[in-house]
Amino acid sequence: MSADTLATARPAVELEGITKRFPGVVANHDIRITVRPGTVHAIVGENGAGKSTLMKILYGMQRPDEGTIKVNGEQVSFRTPSDAIAAGIGMVHQHFMLADNFTVLENIVLGAEPRKGLNLDTGAARRRITDLAAAHGLRVDPDRLVEDLGVGDRQRVEILKVLYRGARILILDEPTAVLVPQEVEELFQNLRELKSEGLTVIFISHKLDEVLDIADDITVIRRGTTVASVDPREVTARRLAELMVGSELPTPETRESTVTDKVALKVAGLTMEADGHRPVPKGTSITAYVDKLRQDGRRLLLDDVSFEIHKGEILGIAGVEGNGQSELIEAIMGIRQAHGDVELDGRDISSWSTLKRRESGIGYIPEDRHRQGLLLEASLWENRVLGHQTRKPAKNGPWVDRKAAKADTERIIGEYDVRTPGVDTLALALSGGNQQKLIVGREMSGEPSFLIAAHPTRGVDVGAQAAIWDHLRNARAAGLAVLLISADLDELIGLSDTIQVIYRGRLVAALDPSDITPERLGGYMTGAIAGTEEE
Amino acid sequence: MPAGLNRALLTLAGAVVAIVLAIAVCSVAIVAAGGDPLHALTAFFDFGASERAQSNSVATLFNRAVPLFIAGLAVAIGFRMNLFNIGVEGQYRIAAICAAYVGSTFVAPAPIQIAVIIVVAMVVGGLYALIPAIMKVTRGVNEVIATIMLNYIAINISAYLVRGPFAGARAEGELTVSTPPLPDSGMFPDLNFVFGWFGMLAPTREGGLWGFLVVAIVLGVVLWVVLERTRFGFDVKASGLNQSAALAAGVNPKRMVIAAMVLSGAIAGLIGLPEVLGSTGSFGTTFTSGLGFLGIAVALLGRNKPAGIAVAALLFAFLDRAQGPLQFANIPPSVIEIIQGVIVLLVVVANEVTNRFALRLEERRAARQLKVTA
Repeated sequence: MSADTLATARPAVELEGITKRFPGVVANHDIRITVRPGTVHAIVGENGAGKSTLMKILYGMQRPDEGTIKVNGEQVSFRTPSDAIAAGIGMVHQHFMLADNFTVLENIVLGAEPRKGLNLDTGAARRRITDLAAAHGLRVDPDRLVEDLGVGDRQRVEILKVLYRGARILILDEPTAVLVPQEVEELFQNLRELKSEGLTVIFISHKLDEVLDIADDITVIRRGTTVASVDPREVTARRLAELMVGSELPTPETRESTVTDKVALKVAGLTMEADGHRPVPKGTSITAYVDKLRQDGRRLLLDDVSFEIHKGEILGIAGVEGNGQSELIEAIMGIRQAHGDVELDGRDISSWSTLKRRESGIGYIPEDRHRQGLLLEASLWENRVLGHQTRKPAKNGPWVDRKAAKADTERIIGEYDVRTPGVDTLALALSGGNQQKLIVGREMSGEPSFLIAAHPTRGVDVGAQAAIWDHLRNARAAGLAVLLISADLDELIGLSDTIQVIYRGRLVAALDPSDITPERLGGYMTGAIAGTEEE
Repeated sequence: MPAGLNRALLTLAGAVVAIVLAIAVCSVAIVAAGGDPLHALTAFFDFGASERAQSNSVATLFNRAVPLFIAGLAVAIGFRMNLFNIGVEGQYRIAAICAAYVGSTFVAPAPIQIAVIIVVAMVVGGLYALIPAIMKVTRGVNEVIATIMLNYIAINISAYLVRGPFAGARAEGELTVSTPPLPDSGMFPDLNFVFGWFGMLAPTREGGLWGFLVVAIVLGVVLWVVLERTRFGFDVKASGLNQSAALAAGVNPKRMVIAAMVLSGAIAGLIGLPEVLGSTGSFGTTFTSGLGFLGIAVALLGRNKPAGIAVAALLFAFLDRAQGPLQFANIPPSVIEIIQGVIVLLVVVANEVTNRFALRLEERRAARQLKVTA
């Protein structure tokens, strides 16, 4: 085809000056990226740096406010993903979009079914899928049900789905986030194969070693804009990390230890079943029951998790997302049921409601502030009341004390430097960093004795990040016990007094943050290094 | 605060646009039905020629608005936390017949008699709504389906009760059946004296202006206070805006479902009482039906807020009242249902549009204000 010869000259995708504003935030600002055809082009950046928005723009899910997109040299303007698909762009989402109770074949053709009269032309579909799979080295059995497939297989189905629709440019959004190392290697093999067939892959990630392994070109995004285009052969992981986070990043170092010998929170044998909580049968001990679950080969989201946090201690939980962190938090908060014991200040709170746990002094900075932390369409003072609706100053008998709540919101706005026009402003009008500062301020109110901080600085700007770290440190010095969960390893190492690594629902290693590097921590997190204390 | 005012004005503008559009759509329908839209429009404002007829028309309007208002409130409580109580229809009917029957079995001083009737109605309505609530929290049964099914059961049970166990004596030649009449102490005093204040004649049709209007107003105010000022109201709002955040904040979702559903049902129980206590004194086979379903439309139109629901109920009552005059003007009265349907649809759309617009404005305003101060 003549298009192929032309394509070598023309970039497959060219983004020029892309800017996308959301109210209160600029998600993307003057993005410039040139993707050569037939290459794997990595786009790296921290969580919240604006990668996802950029990809949504390229895939037609959102329209840029400024800037131009060129595909194979021609300027395009996508209104919907179908426009992008028509232009040969396909997207493999981080969270798979497959129908579990359909076969691989049905999933692939879904929405683009070949017909024979009114019927699905299964024969033609199967031929096409087998051809595609053979041509690109993507092994799948078209007749298996998707629910029986592993994660790696599902991803291949997603890729085939995109290829089936004729995509020549593939966007992969954090494709390795859900994969184990061997699967990652397999995926990379597939990507190299696709590349050799002349396809272009845009690979979004924040895992630097993987990016260096697979990419031909790397573009770094920081705080919504492209800060550098680098050649992976000429750059180190260290340099890439600096580009990603910027050198102005304050380091989260806790100074002298404030750990006391008083236990604030004790968790013992916490275990959560993957397929719904069942009460332990009468007359069976929890350990025996859990042993039986394990023997039956049942998947456990939390597997015998035990730890103690002392007053004045920050315990960091390291782990690749999806290894049981969310479940651990929700079990401690009483949002999800689990087996095992949770003790707060010496009292057994295992059977308490979430409300009672909060009232007795647990603060909670949730991992997803929009989902669990805020009422976006309510005012700031109402958000101050949230979670404190049964406590002073928000309550006054059966009434919500609006005056006191507003006054206390003013206090938080002042102390935590929340930038807002006033307490009556709706929460959605604030930038992510200011929303997060409000949440931190709220959860620190009422003198909690224990705080869960899940990704406390995710998606916030550097200034807010430093402020939040300061608040955590000060509270720790004042005797607060903190359970810190973070994907930012520097944050974990810098803030924590102790680090526990969670892997597949188990705490596999206890580490001293003073003599650990992000590289070694990463080894434990992926299961590459076996635990020091267990087994 | 200007932000709130802004939002309110936008909402109002949206509603007005929707109503004007609805009238336009209906004019087309009227022309299609062979009528004259202008003619129809005058019919809406034709309250009758004689003074007595005008008073009666006004009383009819309010008498229709009161049950619609209560029905709207009942539905709105669930709606505010994304709980869809479609069962208001069944709840009010079964509550009305039980209350009417219980009230007819004894004689007590008026305040006690009426209080007992009201309490019975609320308890029956609340208990009937408790069934879908329990099904939802224990077994995850969708409340929409459960309440719809329970409507049929309630409607048929009340049809059976009024013909069987609760049936009163039937006069010679009478075709309808009803519960035994309430004693005089069970009848709510009317408000006909109010017409005197405006120099109008007292209405005479169907007991004049029903006194239950006062109860409805008190109910509206109390509910506003509960929803806007109390902890329970906050929990309802939080559950409606963000279920997961409410859960993380310690709001017990199961308890909220039960509380909201029972409260909704208890209020639904009151829907039939204006008619029972104000005019018929009994629940009969010709008892007004469909109020529960109309309540859904009224609540939607009123954006689940008591004041908005009051306006919506008055609007619906105003439209309903015109059925007679429209017929005299040779226009099929079903035009009214078309208008009501179109208004609800358009208002729902308009609400969504203005809501988004208002949120956008708020964000802009905040961003602007911050830039000024920074």
